[in-house]
Amino acid sequence: MKTIAVDERGYYGQFGGAYIPEMLYPNVEELRQTYLEFMELESFQREFQSLLRDYVGRPSPLYLAKRLSERYGVTIYLKREDLNHTGAHKINNTIGQILLAKHLGKKRIIAETGAGQHGVATATVCALMGLQCIVYMGSVDIKRQAPNVARMRMLGAEVRPATSGSQTLKDATNEAIRDWINNPEDTHYIIGSVVGPHPYPDMVARFQSVISEEIRWQLEAHTGRDYPSAVIACVGGGSNAAGAFYHFLNDERVRLIAVEAAGLGVHSGESAATSVLGTEGVIHGSRTLLMQTSDGQIVEPYSISAGLDYPGIGPLHAHLIKSGRAEAISVTDEDALQAALDVTRMEGIIPALETAHAFAALDQMKYAADDVLVICLSGRGDKDLDAFMTYLDRVEPLGIHSEK
Amino acid sequence: MNRIQALFAHKKRDILNIYFTAGYPQRDDTGTVIRSLVAAGVDLIEVGMPYSDPLADGPTIQESGTQALKNGLTLALLFEQLQAVRRETEVPLVMMGYFNQVLQYGFDRFLADCVATGIDGLILPDLPLYEYQTTYRQQVEDAGLCMSFLITPQTTPERIHLVDELSKGFIYMVSSAAITGAKQGISDEQVAYFERIAAMDLCTPRLIGFGISDHATFTKACAYASGAIIGSAYIKALTAGESVEKTTRTFVAEVKGTIV
Ligand SMILES: Cc1ncc(COP(=O)(O)O)c(C=O)c1O
Repeated sequence: MKTIAVDERGYYGQFGGAYIPEMLYPNVEELRQTYLEFMELESFQREFQSLLRDYVGRPSPLYLAKRLSERYGVTIYLKREDLNHTGAHKINNTIGQILLAKHLGKKRIIAETGAGQHGVATATVCALMGLQCIVYMGSVDIKRQAPNVARMRMLGAEVRPATSGSQTLKDATNEAIRDWINNPEDTHYIIGSVVGPHPYPDMVARFQSVISEEIRWQLEAHTGRDYPSAVIACVGGGSNAAGAFYHFLNDERVRLIAVEAAGLGVHSGESAATSVLGTEGVIHGSRTLLMQTSDGQIVEPYSISAGLDYPGIGPLHAHLIKSGRAEAISVTDEDALQAALDVTRMEGIIPALETAHAFAALDQMKYAADDVLVICLSGRGDKDLDAFMTYLDRVEPLGIHSEK
Repeated sequence: MNRIQALFAHKKRDILNIYFTAGYPQRDDTGTVIRSLVAAGVDLIEVGMPYSDPLADGPTIQESGTQALKNGLTLALLFEQLQAVRRETEVPLVMMGYFNQVLQYGFDRFLADCVATGIDGLILPDLPLYEYQTTYRQQVEDAGLCMSFLITPQTTPERIHLVDELSKGFIYMVSSAAITGAKQGISDEQVAYFERIAAMDLCTPRLIGFGISDHATFTKACAYASGAIIGSAYIKALTAGESVEKTTRTFVAEVKGTIV
């Protein structure tokens, strides 16, 4: 098997690179020249590790989901990123990037957010470090993820609505990039996923790689074997998946399952299933798969899940899927909602809507009874209670315990 | 000789380059806008290819692009429109847009259609120097097209020399760290940057763009380069104006200072 790794120019196979306007070149180049050396500094490693342990609460547990395992007739472990401080995997990356930003002497932090988890994680580390924080968020997402908007405000961040296009994650990312162009000297842009120009996809994957690093030794402690049969993760841009796959990328014994949002159905015209609907192009500075017209106009995606409502995927995932190393599965809004309900009632864990897609993929997967599956439980679902209540009102209008 | 290079060979100063969004305000205004700009005495025209996600552009150009796409403008239609005007004028035409548009249209097909249409130059702000140098330069130069790259106040001298080497026709000098249309007036800091670049004795002529909007900023920019580029201010005028011809005549006369 060919090793999967990024090259010096940020390419995974034909995907990646840094397709950015010249205005961004100095900042992106500074990151490119700094990030690897910086991540190897002992001082960085010490601070990063201690924050992950004492502030984030790592290692996050690897939990054997007994009832779910019984239901599917296979062993299922959950990697509990939902138990991290702020409630999702996003904070692994923001801790890493805020330390880098401080190292580079930046005073002002900007970020984009979809579900608001990355926005909250960024606002959190900015509060921790005493840095100014501005988060761009699509107007549609500001409405559907209101609890996270309130958390960001509480943390002292300014949330700026992105009002162009579909008013979701893609547009928030556009606005953050424009902000960075306008503020080239004092600002660091904390991208929240494995997207954007090189070195972001590789840098974010490395910060998130702690997920699979822990899975390895935790699984060994649980089962005596330090690799699973498959790792399953949802993919918006792909950062929790990149982190959960990272140490297994070159281990062919491990299947990698990337779960995308099909919205109302892959071919309904209201979908975000990039690996099926996407073609090769450039989005947010990266050559990758994206949903676009034959004229190269980016298509507005749709998913009930704000974190998966994105018309592209990170270049690593484009490469993994196109080369056949990873399998892509797409899950509709409806199936994700039902999966969220099932997991909640079987395991007592309310997953984020994003994560619910990964659970729903179990219904579409083939596996053997003695397989060991790991699902990356990327975040908790408190932020999605509105959507869940709407769903419950529809499927259980009288409440589950109401008896005739 | 390429029309852009011919222009810079005979005109050394006060070159007025105007950017407009194709297919705006109406889908079929592309030709009318170009004719009006030529009649008003503009030296060079940048044809903006409307894009769904224009990262380097401010709200004015974004909104005009969104409208143009709503109007139904496609690249194929744009080439048809341009072929028709090309029969009437020898003004140098530069296509400006985002790399993804060209990639989807097909790089080879795009170059071939530019040549067939009589396009003279290209500006693709998100096509990096490295990719151009290693993959696309030969084709572009073989097609006889001038590629212009951008420099900004943050561009290092070493990189400016690379831009100078790779650019043909002119270098697009971004006046400040900003997206299009963002700032008003020209500060002392910007003047210092203009002077610094002027003193570098580059081989390729420079045009200053971003934030140039009227006679005062145009004249000031022209003091430090071969000319200047106006985009957002012209689009704003088109949005507010009634007829393309009349708006263009008044706008260009004001910029040139020939208004009576
Ligand atoms: C809980 C959770 N999971 C997954 C995602 C999707 O992002 P990514 O694909 O980068 O992991 C998000 C994004 O907001 C999220 O909040």
